[in-house]
Formats: sequence, structure tokens, C-alpha cells
Amino acid sequence: MELNVRLFALYRERAGRNIVLVTVPGGATVADLTDEVRRQFPNLAPPEVKIVVAVNTDYADSDVVLQPGDDVCLIPPVSGG
Amino acid sequence: MIELTEDALDPEKVTAKVRRDTNGAVVTFLGTTRDNFEGKTVLTLEYEAFDEMAVKKLEEVRQGLMAEYGLDQIAISHRIGTVGIGEISLIVAVGSPHRKEAFYACHAAVDRIKEVVPIWKKEVYRDGSRWVACEDHEFSPEDQYSSETHTH
Repeated sequence: MELNVRLFALYRERAGRNIVLVTVPGGATVADLTDEVRRQFPNLAPPEVKIVVAVNTDYADSDVVLQPGDDVCLIPPVSGG
Repeated sequence: MIELTEDALDPEKVTAKVRRDTNGAVVTFLGTTRDNFEGKTVLTLEYEAFDEMAVKKLEEVRQGLMAEYGLDQIAISHRIGTVGIGEISLIVAVGSPHRKEAFYACHAAVDRIKEVVPIWKKEVYRDGSRWVACEDHEFSPEDQYSSETHTH
């Protein structure tokens, strides 16, 4: 399953692009996806930092199973206000 | 009652949204951009949002606080794009029959916005820039992004 993963702010700059195409097996979870993203972009976040993921504009826990066509976004630490 | 905009924010206008003759109190918070970080001069700030989700989360914060405090009027405006020093980046206005709930709800709104809404600010210095991301959180295992915090 191929997913277009959107990146914002810090992650967008570190990856040098705002969308990355990530291939994960069917039934893959959010954790599987972030593992794959880290493999492609080792400098995106330090290993001890959890990469927060939004699926279809809601925060998703690491055990959430991804579906084809999901809107997947990586959310760096927020700093609004 | 939720606004995400590149235009300058107008406190009077946002406050007016929560004025009612049945209210005895209006609390309006203005978040303004600071000109320094750890001794460095900040020239300007750049705000970026994941728009669809930011609007959705702002509305969730608003609805949640209205339910908790029994209020009917909360307005939130957040500016994005380039924001000059000393300008307003966030306005939260709360109207309430009594002042106590208005103060509490306004304080809680700002805290929650900073915690859950996907908006990022970058400080631009003379010699570089930095995404304000609470580095202490970013490099801490127990950071603010535990799954608990973000399960709604």
C-alpha cells in the first residue's frame, strides 16, 4: 500500500519536501509507517522522539491500522499561540 | 467563531463576537509576538498551520470548554504567515454571565491550543531561524505527545 504522507514545519524542512510517498504492507499500523519514514529520513527526528501522526485530521495512536487513501500527516511538536 | 487568517487580527472585532446583554463578563486574551529568545533578537515570526486540522482542533477546544464551563460564547482567532514583532498572533475571547468562568475558560483555551492545535511558529534571527518546538520536549521521551494527551 502506497500512502502520500504530508509533512509540516520542522519535518518538511528536514525532509526537504512536503509530501513523501511511503510504501507499507497492507494492515500496517501508524508505528510501521513511522518506522518506514525514519528509515527513509533518518534525520527527521531523534530516535527517542515519538513522531506524532495525524490520520484523516485526527491524532492517531501508534497501533491504528492504516487504510489505502488515508490522509496521513506527520505533526512535529506544535507551537501555536 | 473560529478564524485562521493571514490578516492582522482585530481584538475589538473578535471581542464583539462574544458580547451579549446576558453576559456580565468578557475576557479577551491577546498572544503577542516577542522580540527575543535567550538573548537573541527575533526579527519576525513565521506561522505555519495544517489548516484543516487546525480549524477542527480549535473548534474541538472551543466546544469542549463551552461544555465544561457552561458557556455559549467563545471566539478564537489565530494568525498564520509572517507576523511582525509586537503583533497579535492569537486572540481568545470568552463571554460569560459571570467573570470566574470567563477567566478560567480563557486560560484553559490558550493552554489547550498550545498543546493540541497543529500550528508551528518559527523565530527568524539575523543569523538564522528556529522552529519553536519546545526543544526540552522534543528531546525528552516523556514529551507532550504521549498518546494519552492526544486521544480525544
